[in-house]
Amino acid sequence: MNSIQILVTILIASAVTILTRALPFWVFSGGRKPPAFITWLGAQLPRAVMLMLVVYCLRDVRFDGAQQWLPAFCGVAAAVLLHVWKRRMILSIAGATAVYMALIRVIV
Amino acid sequence: MLSLIRRVFPRTMPVLAGYIFLGIAYGAAMNARGLAPGWSALISVIVYGGSLQFALIDCLTRSFAPLTIAALALLIQARHLFYSLSMLDSYQGTGWRKPYLIFSLTDETYSLVCNGAPAGEDAGRWFTAVSLLDQSYWVAGTILGALMGSLLPTEALRGIDFSMTALFTVIATDQTMDAVQKARQGEWPLREALFAPLLGGLMTLTSLLIAGQESFLLLAMAGMLLLFYARWRTLKGKEAAA
Repeated sequence: MNSIQILVTILIASAVTILTRALPFWVFSGGRKPPAFITWLGAQLPRAVMLMLVVYCLRDVRFDGAQQWLPAFCGVAAAVLLHVWKRRMILSIAGATAVYMALIRVIV
Repeated sequence: MLSLIRRVFPRTMPVLAGYIFLGIAYGAAMNARGLAPGWSALISVIVYGGSLQFALIDCLTRSFAPLTIAALALLIQARHLFYSLSMLDSYQGTGWRKPYLIFSLTDETYSLVCNGAPAGEDAGRWFTAVSLLDQSYWVAGTILGALMGSLLPTEALRGIDFSMTALFTVIATDQTMDAVQKARQGEWPLREALFAPLLGGLMTLTSLLIAGQESFLLLAMAGMLLLFYARWRTLKGKEAAA
């Protein structure tokens, strides 16, 4: 690719990304009130999406050996347990990340 | 402004850890493929979407294929439709800040703004500070990686990007604890509290098993929409009967 083609490629990626982020706002802009279902859905989605993202982050985890899945499994478990126990967001995230970083070095 | 950033900063620390590390990895990967640091920085400023940016590296070193790029971007980014749908209300009345808030609604920023601003904070300013800090981490990481990726102690940091997974897990846990607490106080039945997280988790997992890593999100989103609609119809039916 030459520089112009690289630039166009980047602009396309940017435009599509903006489209996916802005479309709902355009559709329901101005005086148009979203239908009751959309308003209800908007309130439900954060709780559904967060677990969708957890699965999305773990999509490459393989199960053909403990070193593939055990660090991620323990990391997620540590995040949940720490949070249920202390409910301090930074502590839960830092603790879970530390567990994961330690395990990927220990289990080989 | 400074005091606002001081209040917002601690909330964004998990994103700081994840974005700086992933940004460095991204900038270094672009560099390794012979793409100039200027391109990396430009992409992190105007595309600003981790998964797509990593997928683009390969595309940028092949022959020019605009339609493929558009399709790939749509496939990877479609999940943002969900984020915007659930921020319609919260981002209303944020005035001149709104276009930037919409532009910068990544997975991580969404996870920090979707439950609203803390009580007593001006929502528009809070959301803007979160969004700007997050993107500055991403751009800073990218530039760092592109300029000096090979000099940084990446081995010592290996695995720190798990902070993103931990962030989403902790927020899901927090939301569920909240919802269960509300159910105990009799605000809604427990199955109402658990429907959304169970649907989100199970539908995405099922879709991953059916469709594989490349395109499972679209299937998961379609499935969720369908079941959410069915659930809503049932609730409406019950309301009408009552």
